[in-house]
Amino acid sequence: MKVQNTLTTGTSRRVFTAGAISVVAALALSACGGAAATAPATATAKPDLKASGASTITMWVDAERSPALKDITAKFKAETGIDVKLVVKDFAAVRDDFITQVPTGKGPDLIVGPHDWVGKFVQNGVIAPVELGDKTDSFQESSVKAMTFNGSVYGVPYAIENIALLRNTAIVPDAASTFDEVVANGKKAVADGKAKFPFLVGMDPKQGDPYHLYPLQASMGSQIFGVTADGGYDPKQLLIGDAAGVEFAKKLAAWGDAGEKIINSNITGDIAKEKFLAGESPYYLTGPWNVPDVQKKGIKFAVDALPTTGDKPAQPFIGVNGFFISAKSANALATNEFVTNYLTSEAAQDSMYKAGGRPPALKSSFEKAASDPVVAAFGKIGATGVPMPAIPEMSAVWADWGATELALIKGQGNPAADWAKMAASIKAKIAG
Amino acid sequence: MTDTELRQAGTPAAAKGTATAPDGAAGRPARPVKRRRRFGPDTTKGTVAKIVLLGLVDALAVYVLMMLFLSESWGALAVSSAVVLAINWIYLRKGGLPAKYLAPGVLFLLVFQVFVVMFSGYIAFTNYGDGHNSTKNDAIAAIQLTAQKRVPDSPAYKAAVLAKDNSFYLLFTDPDGKVSLGNTETPLEEISDAGTDSTGKANAVDGYRTLNFQEIVANQQSILAIMVPVSDDPADGTLRTADGSNAYQFKPALTYDDAADTFTDTETGTVYQDNGKGAFAASNGDTLTTGWKIDVGMENFVRAFTDPSLRGPLLGVILWTFTFAIASVALTFAMGLSLAMTFNREDLRGKKIYRILMILPYAFPAFLSGLVWSGILNPQFGWLNQTLLGGATIGWLTDPILAKISVLVVNLWLGFPYMFLVCTGALQSLPTELDEAARMDGAGPWRVFRSIKLPLLLVSIAPLLISSFAFNFNNFNVIFMLTGGGPRFADTDRDIGATDILITLVYKVAFGQGTGRDYGLASALAIIIFIIVATVSAISFKQTKALEDVNS
Repeated sequence: MKVQNTLTTGTSRRVFTAGAISVVAALALSACGGAAATAPATATAKPDLKASGASTITMWVDAERSPALKDITAKFKAETGIDVKLVVKDFAAVRDDFITQVPTGKGPDLIVGPHDWVGKFVQNGVIAPVELGDKTDSFQESSVKAMTFNGSVYGVPYAIENIALLRNTAIVPDAASTFDEVVANGKKAVADGKAKFPFLVGMDPKQGDPYHLYPLQASMGSQIFGVTADGGYDPKQLLIGDAAGVEFAKKLAAWGDAGEKIINSNITGDIAKEKFLAGESPYYLTGPWNVPDVQKKGIKFAVDALPTTGDKPAQPFIGVNGFFISAKSANALATNEFVTNYLTSEAAQDSMYKAGGRPPALKSSFEKAASDPVVAAFGKIGATGVPMPAIPEMSAVWADWGATELALIKGQGNPAADWAKMAASIKAKIAG
Repeated sequence: MTDTELRQAGTPAAAKGTATAPDGAAGRPARPVKRRRRFGPDTTKGTVAKIVLLGLVDALAVYVLMMLFLSESWGALAVSSAVVLAINWIYLRKGGLPAKYLAPGVLFLLVFQVFVVMFSGYIAFTNYGDGHNSTKNDAIAAIQLTAQKRVPDSPAYKAAVLAKDNSFYLLFTDPDGKVSLGNTETPLEEISDAGTDSTGKANAVDGYRTLNFQEIVANQQSILAIMVPVSDDPADGTLRTADGSNAYQFKPALTYDDAADTFTDTETGTVYQDNGKGAFAASNGDTLTTGWKIDVGMENFVRAFTDPSLRGPLLGVILWTFTFAIASVALTFAMGLSLAMTFNREDLRGKKIYRILMILPYAFPAFLSGLVWSGILNPQFGWLNQTLLGGATIGWLTDPILAKISVLVVNLWLGFPYMFLVCTGALQSLPTELDEAARMDGAGPWRVFRSIKLPLLLVSIAPLLISSFAFNFNNFNVIFMLTGGGPRFADTDRDIGATDILITLVYKVAFGQGTGRDYGLASALAIIIFIIVATVSAISFKQTKALEDVNS
């Protein structure tokens, strides 16, 4: 009974934050009494609750990123007198709690999260656009593009992440550009006894992993949504079921358990990592989050460009992390000041990079971080990527997409028929 | 909701907790076995304890009431005050012992059960969910907020906030250094003699006072509302500032007509009207992204019975749900009871260690165990196939029949410690004389078990079996973490599989289909499941009354 649980915790948290906010408000009220008296010329000199609440900004942040924001919030406090209260929250709960709490007026002013939340936030009316002005050009183009929804920018990006192909250089010394070459190298390594698996990518046993497989699909010319005139994804143009998609479906079956066994449905994310760390495969399709463990293990590796399966580039989905402002922030002006003028600073972006290790979105910070060849390589691949669709319609895609891919990899069903059925099902869901 | 309820009802620790709490609060010694006079005089210790505990409760209550007062939640304030008064009245007056015992339990029941059930009941009659998240006013405000687009290729201005005669003005410096001043009522006027700061940004004009950042923040609502028309042509948009130091030209992509309650697209002229379903829709059916919550009456219930994704596989899923729940109860009870009987032997050595080991699976969170088991049962790399079965590739979770068996086995592993605990407790409370008397009469062990122990056990355990049934009927964690409901049925294009029980089906229908989560539909389906479980439980409880006859 997930629903009720969410609702009850939501309610109790709301009550709690209500209490917490009122305390802050009460303290601020007494503290601001003097300040208001020294500003007689102000038009609305009467300090009501909302105005006095303006001495703090509440920000929800997860435990990992919270320390990285300490310096910049201290600087903000020193220069403006406004306290940014970092409320550490479980990352998994941030999105849904933000959606439920903003309408009550008790939500935070600011949160941190990935760009693909934006569509849902706009749909629920809980997020305010951010105008970056001239600062737009100082960010990598793809990161601002990802934050753009319906022609407006909704967040300040700070990191870009995407997958790449890790290659164990002790097994295969040279980079390959096409997936066929990768497969051939992998098979040769297995035949030579240097490896046990030609290629590794983690598959969720229930949902597959369309995110990791997307570059292989994109390279064959198959996309999910078409784009509108202003460059955003268009939910009315569902392209996944086209001929290129069916070709990809056939390839999946050929690579799968009943075919060449290149993509193994029994290899979960954990197993894939374990096997690559054990040096049992030359290739591992993964993101920067697994790199520290590979380095720790002492595996000699290279970050290769994503291999192509067709005549189009193998574009990965890029995920952009950023800061979002609540539509009902009682302290919108100060929050905007903090977000657009402080969090866009090089110091803030450097600090977020140090904590998370994800390539920064700010160009100057990225250039510094790119002295690390791994970051540079991932960043170069990310520059070719496309933003993961943030439109609400995307949530109708994942379940069918993943389950169908998984079934095909397992060698079940008929690729052409199942792929078409999947596209029809997604289309029906989007139509509601 | 049901999970927690049953866990609380089922765990001996929880039952003990609620039994002792009012005792302490009433300041009476914890010896309820011996019957006392109803109006016994309080001991000094008891009175002190009562004052301290009630004082703590009242202190907390005053704090909460203050918070509620400050946040202007009048409804909650009234209810909370009434509750606090009632608590004080119950515990301060002489007598009324039953109320003193019942009050905390009733209070928690109201807060954690009744309120939650009523709330989901209410949600079931709304379209609350993604896209219908708040009130219509919020939706209109949000649409207006997001409809403000920056005029393409317009310059970026530096801004300062000035004040004169109780009004605020914005002072703009454009990229060429041209300075102008205005506010919503006062059209933009060029200023030639403005004072500038080191960056060339104008920040002072004679006759006006420049606000510092703290003053800007203190008056932010008025300052954010300032919209200075760029020119007489509305198409040029208005100048606004979001942070008090930068300003941009904005133009609404949609304008709201208050009187007609419509949004009009400023470019195409398309008119969006309230479509009665909690959204603004154009005549061609296109809706604006943000909608609002409305009451939809019985619509969610109608959908629950007509939705093709539910109707098709529903029978199979219902059958499997009952099979799963009944088999889980039967298997865990059989195993728990036999282990309890074994470890109940007086002459068994190391009983305590065995008992602790038996309870371990109970100590792991179910969702964690689900994930661990899903790894153990992996066809190629799982421990079961690799180590125990010498490298076999049996699809424990991918074959429909095997997946059902695996789910039951894992649930047995998770569930037997609970049955073991309650059976051990119940067995130890059975009078040994009966056992001895039966043996004297020449009954064998099986006969003693079947005719004496089992009937006596069932008196106390049957209600727990029913609650265990209700718990397993909605055992979301095990199914979702182990198989996710899979393997999928081949004959449906929906995401429904062989091990899906009703609650996972509901979850998938309400949250995994369409373009977002649908709390309204989820609540309606949950109510339907609640009715099924309540009916089954009510009938079973009636049946168990018959069991109690063995005592009389």
